[in-house]
Amino acid sequence: MMAKKHIQLFGIASLVTCAAIVVGFLGLILFDLAWKGGIVLNWEFLVRYPKKGMTEGGIFPAVFGTAVVTLLATALAAPLGIACAVWLQEYAPDTPLTRLVRASIRNLAGVPSIVYGLFGLAVFVEGMGMGMSVLASGCTLALLTLPSVITTTEEALRNVPRLLREGALALGATRWETIRAIVLPAAVPGILTGIILALSRAAGETAPILFTGVAFYSRYLPASVFDEFMALPYHLYILSTQHHDPVAVRPLAYGTALVLLALVLMLNSVAFVVRARHR
Amino acid sequence: MMAATCVQQHPVERITVKGSDTEVNLVLQLAEAFMERHSGVSLSIAGGGSGVGIAALMNGKTDIANSSREVSLAEIDFARRQGVHIVPTIFAADAIVVVTNPAVGMDSLTVAQLGNIFSGDIQDWAAVGGKPGAVSLYGRQSNSGTFLYFREKIVGRDFSPTLKQMNGTAQIIEAIKNDKGGIGYVGLGYVARPDGALHAGLRVIRLKADATSPSYSPLDTAALTNGNYPLLRPLYQLTNGIPEGVVKQFLQFEQSALGQKIIVENGYLAAGPGFIAQDKPSQTER
Amino acid sequence: MRRRLFWDRFFEKSFSLSAVLAVLILGGIFGMLLYNGLRAFGSIAPGYFFSLAEWNPAAYTAPSYGIGAMLTGTVLTTLGAMVFAVPVGIGMAFFVSEIAPPRARAMLKPAVEMLAAVPSVVVGFLGIVLVGPFLAGLFHLPNGLNALNGAILLAVMALPAVVTVADDAIHAVPHTYKEASYALGANRWETLVRVTLPSCYSGILAAVMLGMGRAIGETMTVLMATGNATAFPNGFFDPVRTITATVAIEMGEVPAGTPHYFSLFACALVLFLLTLIVNVLAERITSNLRKRGQ
Repeated sequence: MMAKKHIQLFGIASLVTCAAIVVGFLGLILFDLAWKGGIVLNWEFLVRYPKKGMTEGGIFPAVFGTAVVTLLATALAAPLGIACAVWLQEYAPDTPLTRLVRASIRNLAGVPSIVYGLFGLAVFVEGMGMGMSVLASGCTLALLTLPSVITTTEEALRNVPRLLREGALALGATRWETIRAIVLPAAVPGILTGIILALSRAAGETAPILFTGVAFYSRYLPASVFDEFMALPYHLYILSTQHHDPVAVRPLAYGTALVLLALVLMLNSVAFVVRARHR
Repeated sequence: MMAATCVQQHPVERITVKGSDTEVNLVLQLAEAFMERHSGVSLSIAGGGSGVGIAALMNGKTDIANSSREVSLAEIDFARRQGVHIVPTIFAADAIVVVTNPAVGMDSLTVAQLGNIFSGDIQDWAAVGGKPGAVSLYGRQSNSGTFLYFREKIVGRDFSPTLKQMNGTAQIIEAIKNDKGGIGYVGLGYVARPDGALHAGLRVIRLKADATSPSYSPLDTAALTNGNYPLLRPLYQLTNGIPEGVVKQFLQFEQSALGQKIIVENGYLAAGPGFIAQDKPSQTER
Repeated sequence: MRRRLFWDRFFEKSFSLSAVLAVLILGGIFGMLLYNGLRAFGSIAPGYFFSLAEWNPAAYTAPSYGIGAMLTGTVLTTLGAMVFAVPVGIGMAFFVSEIAPPRARAMLKPAVEMLAAVPSVVVGFLGIVLVGPFLAGLFHLPNGLNALNGAILLAVMALPAVVTVADDAIHAVPHTYKEASYALGANRWETLVRVTLPSCYSGILAAVMLGMGRAIGETMTVLMATGNATAFPNGFFDPVRTITATVAIEMGEVPAGTPHYFSLFACALVLFLLTLIVNVLAERITSNLRKRGQ
């Protein structure tokens, strides 16, 4: 009996250690960035343009660029994704074809982001002639987040109780009226969560925008969707690998990382709150 | 500060510049100075390597391609088939500096030794008279003009596959500082800091043509202009056709007194006419 | 009534149209990869492509397109990541679902989601500034940019996937199994190891596969922190170049239509198929789980 108790203690202790390791990683990331990036973080950093070859000044164009391209990507992906999910969930018959489509979409969510980047380069930048632009990057990011928007929307729709639908139909509503007035409103929190998470993913991605529109330095903000733009993830990548004086700009790199992380975590927290409130 | 936050989009002429990592910071400084004087122009700059710039020019995706190497005949041909007429302009010159970690214990090398080191034929520093230890190679990637230029001029064959291909010159310097057997090649502009001091923790290797010749340091301006230091190269900016309009204005600004001052301050060399005559272009088919 | 029917049919058609559009676009990705990737094999022999020949498209003499070394680099970093992520991730999943009090669980689950949200470029950045010097100091290496660094970073990225799916799998184990075990006198640990764990083997496997898929497809993290040497790696302390990094590095310098261009698509195709296989397997296992849970 004693041996069993010891084994249990040891076993549970090792599980606690595992959890501690994972939480430790998160803590390490947060603290290191906050500590070393916090020094440069102030209002100026966020609203000023970079100066003196990026060794001074702020990261405003990168913040702006990230915001614009992410919003564009979501504006493109959300309507298409939601419509597709509605069809899959509400209209499509349960045939092997439908199941194949659903499975394919789920698997596409796991495709490496660089593959989307290559596709974006070949099709949007070259094939459709958009050139390196906000538009090309926005489309590429939209494609990247499309599968997950479809999947989360489908799940939100699935969670709406069948009885609600059947009640509406029993009262004489058409399918569209049921969807518009009953199902969609009930699924809004879930759909919103999915969209915010897609936004957060798009904001943090580098590979898809690498060759579809992002620039190292641009004096003015993009005036149209056909211009190049600066973005936070790429700015961090450049400051830490290709800048001519990485040691000098290390604090700025930390600051950029902190801003990017804060943005992504903020979006995720909003999504979390939306989901928790309507659980 | 309010001016900075207000997004005033006055009508701007935009110039896209892409390419060489060696040139990007220099061109960035030049662009900043240029834009201070011409508020109606916006330059958008990206690095990625000379190969990226040339490809972008061929695909019509950039106005100016920065290239730290010559365009090959094959590339000019390929471009002509896309309807792009590549016109090179030399705007500055650069010396390639071979740096090692001081622990390696070498001061100078012959060109042949350098070639053998980077091709992987020499793997231990003792073979060339340094402190015994493994040779640890650092370089760029194939999209880099510096990579191709160095391979062409010094190695004469493929680099050793153990060459660690870093994403940028700065990573090479960082790595060598921490690597007791490290050796790499970088542009002069990266080794000299803006205030004139050298990066601490690096040793600049003097090069000599063969074992009996005198060795020359890239930090010796006379050796550079006399052609005694072998690794001197012009830096190009390529355009589709003869430059005109704002692109021409920018290129002219680079040749102005202020432009040349910025170039020299950053550790590069002015592209004087005497120098251009020195470098004999190599005809490479790629 | 006619008007309502009209709108009903209109929206039905619109929705099905968008679904078709979405599926076409997503399918188009695979189609384009296949088309461009296969064109590479017009000039490169498939056997040669997958061999241990060097990857040197810009070679001095003849270009060479062997992905053997890079495939090994991908495998090395992924397996290294899994060796760490699997035990720790599953351990944490068990802790969160079986041992932890509800309040701890309520804090741990969001923590895992936060870790999942960290962008890959941030993880890569920390690989350069934090993990690299740490490894260099610990193992007396010249620099810390090698396969081990990549493996550690990939483990951090794969952990959330492993934990979340494993947690789902553990929850799917019916209460009755555990209660029967307790009734027979087993303590918590014994129940966990001898009853719960075996009941969700397939779910755990799915978690591992999903984590692996995440690790294989990572680009920025490995690009920044693994040293990018194309030589065949001889161990975890050697720099490696993964397939994802190669595509990211060379994508910008290839003029369209050259063998080099198509070879990058072939690389992307290989990546796509690898992650597809892994994800399909995981998918198969989890859908079986869901059916059983109902």
